[in-house]
Amino acid sequence: MLWSSPLIAVALTFALGAAVFAAMGQPPLAALHALFVSPLTDMNGVAELLLKASPLCLIALGLAVGFRSNIWNIGAEGQMYIGAVFATGLAIHFQARWGGWMLPAMILAGIAGGLAWAAIVAALRAHLHASEILVSLMLTYVAALIVKYLVFGPWQDPAANNFPFTVSFEDNALFSPLMNYVAALEGTRLNTSLLLTLAAIPLTWVFMKLSFTGFQLRVAGDAPAAARYAGHSEKRAIWIALLISGAAAGLAGVTEVAGPIGQLNDRWTPGYGFTAIIVAALGRLHPVGIAVAALLMALLYIGGETAQVALQLPRAISYVFQGLLLMALLACEVLVHFRVQWTATTRSSQAA
Amino acid sequence: MDRYDPLIASGIAAAIPLVYAALGELVAERAGVLNLGVEGMMLVGALAAFATVAVGGGLTLALGAAMLAGVAAALAFAVLTLTLQANQVAAGLALTILGTGVSAFLGRGYVGFRAPATFEDLPIPGLSGLPVIGPLFSLNLLGYAAIAMLALTSWFLFRTRAGLALRAVGESPAVAHALGLRVTRIRYAAVLFGGAMAGVAGCYYAVAQFKMWQEGLTAGNGWIALALVVFAAWRPWRTALGALLFGGVTGFGLYLQAAGVHVSPFLLGSLPYLATIAALVAVSASPQLLRRHAPASLGRPFFAGD
Amino acid sequence: MQTTTTPLLRLAGVVKRYPTVTALGGVRLEVAEGEIHAVLGENGAGKSTLMKTIYGVVQPDAGAIEWRGAPVSIADPVAARGLGIAMVFQHFALFESLTVAENIALALPGRFGASLGLSELAARIVEVSRRYGLPVNPWRSVHELSVGERQRAEIVRCLLQSPRLLIMDEPTSVLTPQAVEQLFDTLRALAREGTAILYVSHKLDEIRRLCDRATILRGGHNAGEVDPRAESEAHLAELMIGRSFPRTLRRAHARGAPGLQVSELSLPPDGPFGVALHSVSLSVHRGEVLGIAGISGNGQAEFLAAVSGERRVSPNEICLGETPVGHLDAGARRGLGLAYVPEERLGRGAVPDMSLAENSLLTASRKGMVRAGLVDWSAAEAYAARCIREFDVRAGGPRAVARSLSGGNLQKFIVGREIAEQPGVMVLAQPTWGVDVAATALIRQRILDLAAAGVAVLVVSEDLGEILEVCDRVAVMAGGRLSTVREVGETHAAEIGAWMAGGFLR
Repeated sequence: MLWSSPLIAVALTFALGAAVFAAMGQPPLAALHALFVSPLTDMNGVAELLLKASPLCLIALGLAVGFRSNIWNIGAEGQMYIGAVFATGLAIHFQARWGGWMLPAMILAGIAGGLAWAAIVAALRAHLHASEILVSLMLTYVAALIVKYLVFGPWQDPAANNFPFTVSFEDNALFSPLMNYVAALEGTRLNTSLLLTLAAIPLTWVFMKLSFTGFQLRVAGDAPAAARYAGHSEKRAIWIALLISGAAAGLAGVTEVAGPIGQLNDRWTPGYGFTAIIVAALGRLHPVGIAVAALLMALLYIGGETAQVALQLPRAISYVFQGLLLMALLACEVLVHFRVQWTATTRSSQAA
Repeated sequence: MDRYDPLIASGIAAAIPLVYAALGELVAERAGVLNLGVEGMMLVGALAAFATVAVGGGLTLALGAAMLAGVAAALAFAVLTLTLQANQVAAGLALTILGTGVSAFLGRGYVGFRAPATFEDLPIPGLSGLPVIGPLFSLNLLGYAAIAMLALTSWFLFRTRAGLALRAVGESPAVAHALGLRVTRIRYAAVLFGGAMAGVAGCYYAVAQFKMWQEGLTAGNGWIALALVVFAAWRPWRTALGALLFGGVTGFGLYLQAAGVHVSPFLLGSLPYLATIAALVAVSASPQLLRRHAPASLGRPFFAGD
Repeated sequence: MQTTTTPLLRLAGVVKRYPTVTALGGVRLEVAEGEIHAVLGENGAGKSTLMKTIYGVVQPDAGAIEWRGAPVSIADPVAARGLGIAMVFQHFALFESLTVAENIALALPGRFGASLGLSELAARIVEVSRRYGLPVNPWRSVHELSVGERQRAEIVRCLLQSPRLLIMDEPTSVLTPQAVEQLFDTLRALAREGTAILYVSHKLDEIRRLCDRATILRGGHNAGEVDPRAESEAHLAELMIGRSFPRTLRRAHARGAPGLQVSELSLPPDGPFGVALHSVSLSVHRGEVLGIAGISGNGQAEFLAAVSGERRVSPNEICLGETPVGHLDAGARRGLGLAYVPEERLGRGAVPDMSLAENSLLTASRKGMVRAGLVDWSAAEAYAARCIREFDVRAGGPRAVARSLSGGNLQKFIVGREIAEQPGVMVLAQPTWGVDVAATALIRQRILDLAAAGVAVLVVSEDLGEILEVCDRVAVMAGGRLSTVREVGETHAAEIGAWMAGGFLR
């Protein structure tokens, strides 16, 4: 019962997509196959899927903690950029000298960057009551501009001919490719950062289900008056929720620039921070559901890229699918839980 | 003195679409509905307007198409949140994402093209030559209409029975329902109005300001409009004030660039967003102020079962 | 000489069911023109639901409604007003941020898009308010008005519609004695003019003074139709409550040292619609039950927030035993032995969508449920199971979701959860509001047992009968101030009632 609405929503979305292709004169099933099935037929395709799903999953896990507490962090994209910025700053200045310590330092820096950017939102919300939705979103635009400033300016690769990117990261500033350890992955870009994501999944579950803080966050989201009654600190809940999602986003940022990208540049605007919102919702805010949803959304990304090349469609076609998916999910959710809703509302009419 | 006029003019030009979008969202929020999909509605409106003139339609038709597109987008949101009682924040985000994608997808053939018909400035002779406030009398049709909309919205909310009912619904839908007001119907009307206004804002960007089409034409201004509503404490004329301030900050950044100040244009470009944050904080920091003016039922769904 | 006249309003066999309770199980009601008709019953009897059905806010599942002999279906309040039915709600249907005139304008018929015409309306408001002795200023915002003024605005709103039937839902709980007399004069004048009045209340003496006939409801059914003037209060009470009401057993016990002390507690109002507290002082001893009577909205919510820790104050303003705790939050005070049953069950006392085990964790986490930051769920479930067993909670077990319990059962669980924390001081707000009779009896008995075991118990309640039944001493809160504390045996309902109306403030 719990999973029926995501499944229905996914089915609806693909059906709508098929309809769109048919309207465009493309044979729908063939187009769907080309976009979503063929890319997965070889190891490289699967690796690329995991490569996109990993940061999506990571960010979504962090966001889910926030959403469960009714804290709407819309600025994960910006927190991801700043995490990448912090990591890049270390890499381009110290990669020649720090040897094996480079990557661990970058990981910590990335987490710190995401934390710091989210801390601004937390401070303004917890102490000055400013909407975290609007502040985190404004900060995303600022973060994107900071990246542009750095790669066009002080951090620009001197040998770049005025192209906006930093020097490439050395091996010690990159996650080592998994193909070094697993022969079957020969030729793929998958790297060890995947292990971080895999570890984050059970960690998040333990936190939300078994820790007292996780319980407090859930109460804050479900019934804020009950949280106050129980003596849970609202400010603490806001800080923890935002810092966790910021840290996750910052970490995802490191896995990108110290992974498939290998540098910081101004073309890297994947929109993972926004897509992760849909991943979290699709996964019903549950860690395992999020992992599955992340794979699905990664598939939509790949389909979008394939569509760009093969069908000359703008990359934004994936936004159409994402938006439709979220709307379908919201619609199905309500219809599936219809009975629960109406029972809940009529309780207030009891007792004369 | 002449050096400032183009900058004041550009500040005012930046403010006008914001006023439309903010007014529309203000009315929706006054009825208790938080619609985060403003950006998406503006984009589909912009595309509808551009596509209309691109196929040879006139400006009036373009405006009508933009409003229709905005209303259609708002309708999807309204059905989800008012009839199906879905979470308003999530539904608004979905609308923005969908609107961004749909407009990019349908507009892919128009990228980079110039608009064949555009709204031109209609200066009022005499007044438009005045220093500083001159540009205020040298607006295009949509600009003058924006001022009219400000007055109309203010009159509607505070001087008519329908506006009174809308404000009542925003404060307490349960009490309104107990009095026999049709809460859901009123909220639908408010949300659809918001969609129409967002559509007009989009039309302005496509056919009056930038006069071309590209992905993400509105550059996040839908979110600025949302912040403006909070900054204006849900009072119509104050949205104009906020929009002008925002336009002013943007213009100031451009002025600094033109004046040769050695700050990266990217950092200057972040000024409007930082200013928006500052404005939000200034307004939100006093919870008394906000609680007194914010529609009490904002964002919460209403169940008509009782 | 006189043929039987058709009643103005006639209800027969009206049924209204909700998922967890049947509010009305086939109710009968007849009101004649110009009659002042009481609807009598205790909490949960169905009075409010019946009135909402007549006013169209709620649709009955079965039954017939006749207006002047013709069957009608009242689909919504607009239809009710069209028939000539007006209602003054118990919890006022007013918009705080609008003026009196704007509020009234909304209820009167008018074309949308038309200008408001407020000055004309204001003149009519003033005229009506003068004619019936209900002074009210049309230009003031509702949030500035006192409770009595708000009620007058509500009544004026109704009167402007020239109703044939006026429904008053518990009107005098917010009035001073003079205002009650004034109201009665107004109602009698209206009745003489031919307006029928449905007067919903549980105040027996008022009903006997004012009303021509009374319909008594009990548990959603008719329990009698009488002439209240011909009946004694005792008989009316018996009809209201029913014979099977278990008597509470009060054991004699000694009164110990103070468990909870409030000293000169003063607080500014919390928000534009709040009430300020002025120098409230009291001392609850171990082994006693102290009651604070008073109509809600007189500072009780602010007082309870300060005592429970949801609002911080100066350390010495609130003491548990000898320890100043005013500056501590709710969790810390719980650790020092304070337990609290709040007024709202769902959404505050319990999280609606969480299980009873999770809800145990809400306040009883210190009872061995949290180790090293992790939750021991088996301990939480055991605790919940114990509460369920010891308080006769009808639920599906510790994993049952709070929302699925009936009001009475959830309240029993919450009270049980707090008592099982073995507190030194227990505070309860409206402990049996909206709770069925059996659960009410159980909860009140446990309150008495708690005191007998040496706990200091504070009960804040609007229900004077409850206060008189379980409390040893009583004080009254009105206008943010507390009266002196009296032994229950040395005072009586009439005196306390006068205090509730602010009598001690003069």
